[in-house]
Amino acid sequence: MTTLTPAAAPPRSVPKPQGRLGGRWTRFALRRTGRLLVSLWVLVTVSFLMIHLVPGDPVRAALGMTAPTELVEAKRQALGLNDPLLTQYVHYLGNLLHGDLGESITTQLPVSETISQRLPATASLAVLAFLVAIAVAVPLGVTVAVATRRGRRRRTELAFAGGSVVLGAIPDFLVGVALVAVFAVGLGWFPVAGRTDASSYVLPVLALAIGPAAVLARIVRVEMLAVLETDYVRTARAKRLPARRIYLRHALPNAVTATLTLGGMLLASMVAGTVLVENVFSWPGLGSTIVQSIVTKDYPVVQGTVLVYGLGVLVINTLVDVALAVLDPRSTIGEL
Amino acid sequence: MSQRWIRIVKTPVGLVGLSLLALIVLLAVFAPILWGDKASVVDTENLLAGPSAQHWFGTDNLGRDLFFRVLVATRLSLTLTLVATALGTVIGLVLGTAPELLGGRLGRLVTALVNVFVAFPGLLLVLVFAVIFGVGARGAVLAIGLAVAPGLARLCQTLVAGVTGLEYVAAARITGVNRFRIMARHVLPNVAEPLIVNVTITAGAILLSFAGLSFLGLGVQAPEYDWGRLMQDGLSGIFVHPLAALGPGIMVVLAGLAFNLTGEAIAGVFGISTPTGTGTLRVPTDETPVTDIPHDHAADGDLVLDVRDLSVTFPGANGPVRPVRGVSFGIAAGEAVGVVGESGSGKSLTALSIAGLVEEPASIDARHLTFCGTDLLEEPASGQTRDTLLGTSLAVVFQDPMTSFNPTMRIGAQLAEVGRHHQGLDRKKASARAVDRLRAVRVRDPERRARQYPFEFSGGMRQRAMIGMGLMGSPRLIIADEPTTALDVTVQSQVLALLQDVRREEGAALLLISHDVSVVADVCDRVLVMYAGRIVEDLPTADLRTRARHPYTRALVAAVPAMTTDIDTPLATIPGHPVEPAQVPVGCAYAARCPLATVRCREQDPTLTAGPGGSRVACWHADEPADVLTAEEALA
Repeated sequence: MTTLTPAAAPPRSVPKPQGRLGGRWTRFALRRTGRLLVSLWVLVTVSFLMIHLVPGDPVRAALGMTAPTELVEAKRQALGLNDPLLTQYVHYLGNLLHGDLGESITTQLPVSETISQRLPATASLAVLAFLVAIAVAVPLGVTVAVATRRGRRRRTELAFAGGSVVLGAIPDFLVGVALVAVFAVGLGWFPVAGRTDASSYVLPVLALAIGPAAVLARIVRVEMLAVLETDYVRTARAKRLPARRIYLRHALPNAVTATLTLGGMLLASMVAGTVLVENVFSWPGLGSTIVQSIVTKDYPVVQGTVLVYGLGVLVINTLVDVALAVLDPRSTIGEL
Repeated sequence: MSQRWIRIVKTPVGLVGLSLLALIVLLAVFAPILWGDKASVVDTENLLAGPSAQHWFGTDNLGRDLFFRVLVATRLSLTLTLVATALGTVIGLVLGTAPELLGGRLGRLVTALVNVFVAFPGLLLVLVFAVIFGVGARGAVLAIGLAVAPGLARLCQTLVAGVTGLEYVAAARITGVNRFRIMARHVLPNVAEPLIVNVTITAGAILLSFAGLSFLGLGVQAPEYDWGRLMQDGLSGIFVHPLAALGPGIMVVLAGLAFNLTGEAIAGVFGISTPTGTGTLRVPTDETPVTDIPHDHAADGDLVLDVRDLSVTFPGANGPVRPVRGVSFGIAAGEAVGVVGESGSGKSLTALSIAGLVEEPASIDARHLTFCGTDLLEEPASGQTRDTLLGTSLAVVFQDPMTSFNPTMRIGAQLAEVGRHHQGLDRKKASARAVDRLRAVRVRDPERRARQYPFEFSGGMRQRAMIGMGLMGSPRLIIADEPTTALDVTVQSQVLALLQDVRREEGAALLLISHDVSVVADVCDRVLVMYAGRIVEDLPTADLRTRARHPYTRALVAAVPAMTTDIDTPLATIPGHPVEPAQVPVGCAYAARCPLATVRCREQDPTLTAGPGGSRVACWHADEPADVLTAEEALA
């Protein structure tokens, strides 16, 4: 409630006013790009080293114990595994720059081809799931926050809190299995598996989106509740702005800061979550590919898919930081 | 420690979490012994059978009972989880303490690497490590253990960094204790509690990861089975009976929840502080509305603001609390009225309730409340019209300029939106008006300043901008609630001077809330003195120092040191404490502190009565001379 005691304001750390606006943004862009490049380098190096860290001969492992020695040797030669490690590394980086990810040990197909074939299925799944999660979580969180603030509608609040905790705790592949059992097998509304028409998207997208949406909605609500009690929202009220503008233009961007930080992590884990969900729905995407290639020890394919997944995560993290900087300019003054 | 564990069990979350955890541990220990045979009996008569009285979850492709298999699988699922948790924790601790132990460049490198790995989702790391360590239970333990390590390492780093800065650690370092010893003896014991909480919650995540990995066929391999493995087997038969896949899934969720809830409960209890018992509060029993004598303004049409019998009520634990109890006053056009009183006298709340900024659960009552002739109590026919009137004619300047601007919007935009919403200006005109208003409140270089964010403004500049925001319309009344309290003394006078100038230029009235009598005396024409949610005196500022009639007013004035005050004489103070809104006594609220108080004062509440020259006072002993106590006397 409004304070009854006009006690002196507690000392606040005031960020020093920056010089030119451009300077701050340039520094932010440089810092962020630097971080992206370092992460990229680590990602590429890990994916390169992966094949060398496998105990024993990866080619032997892939082709099986019964494969003739000449074949294994020829394959090793073709993959360049007999060269010194540093030569291989330089070679690997060079090929990457040309978009060459090598070729599959089992199918002989270029890895880049497999990836470009399968990426759309995975990307569309992840993007749709993300949009659904946001489209549900933000309005829900804001509405519940506005409806339940200052102890109003206790029952709504309890139902929301309980529901979101339970839904957020169930892993996505379990949600997928439950959805299949109820809506595909039980009710027959949607196909059980595969990627055919639009209806085949419904269950996998829901499986991916429900958990993150529940967690996000909870964060949005908590943040909104805190923001709605701030002095600057009171200022907006004093300006007699329409309620919609107070909630959406004044309160929401300030609630979004913390939401986005956590939401970005959720999103990144959603990208990884496609691996499990695709396997529930036999979805013809990269998630199925990576699991199959791990089982069959088709290392070039594993390397390629790991790179693509990692890249996806890095892109998301960067986009989240940029979005944060636009929405909340204070975040450009970070120490990272 | 044991007391704390009892407290954890006493919370509902802790009770559920620990019970679930106990159940799962019991199952892990005894299920394989009790039902190991039943779970492996092959029943060729009942292949892939649905749930029945004999087989609750149905059977698998060899006719083995799935219910017992789910129970028996608890041991392997839990064991793998615990081993991976231990592995991840150890690696996390090593990586987390490394920056502190190694120091220098090597330490920073570890920090940087951990930061890079933390950015990738756990499942992706698990897959990479699963490639390296191979498919199977052993590979899965290593993969998951390593995958959770960066997250725990980062947490550990943060916690360690928080403790190493403390004085006793610095002291230990100065005395030459070596780094490892400091870490083991001084740092780690102090970060143990949050670490335990996070490791517990991480264990829940690890359990889910194992289920996922086995479900993908990368974890536990046949003939062994954990919950994830059972789910994968069940998925192929989901057409026949879904429970084969959902049964183990339910156990996974329950076990995951067990760890999560336990972790949350421990966190809650460790963070808890016992609230000190508060004495029972007494609510004023007389509920009869106390009516001030209406103020004596010849023509009410001249009044910008007319308030009669305004009360603000909060629901309290022991009945309603009323910090503002029947306040009546009016403000004429262009008049500057000050409200003074100690903290808790209800002055800010009075101002906020007039501005319509007091929200639930507080409720406002008044017999009459008009602003520029518009009734603010009545539900308006058009909310828009009233909002426009208030948005353009009533300006509010808040106490704390640091927090009163929206940090995510440019200053110019925050001013301009008044013009956009209430004056029908387009974006460009509204921006131009905002710049013009910033110039009007003497913000230098207003074009550039308008494009800046609040954090780029100093406190005094923000308060100017806040006043400028009120000038977007043409204010008839400016409500300023302690506008200079949060500012430096040198800036205070500038802001007050600005308020005066603006008032003169715009012809606006001013309602200035302050606990500083001298500020009000300088700026205002008239002063309302508030005590315990009431106006106790209403007088012209010219009379304040010499002709105040209420003993409280006189005490307030005496408490202000003048330039001529002898610095050797103790400062005058008012003995006793202000009345709590929840404990307003019968009779005059000031009686307990008043040197003139008599029996009558303690029994009968004086009403605000009009006196000569339009001034008002609420005191049985108004005008009686009273000695002002000095601090020394008050103490004695």
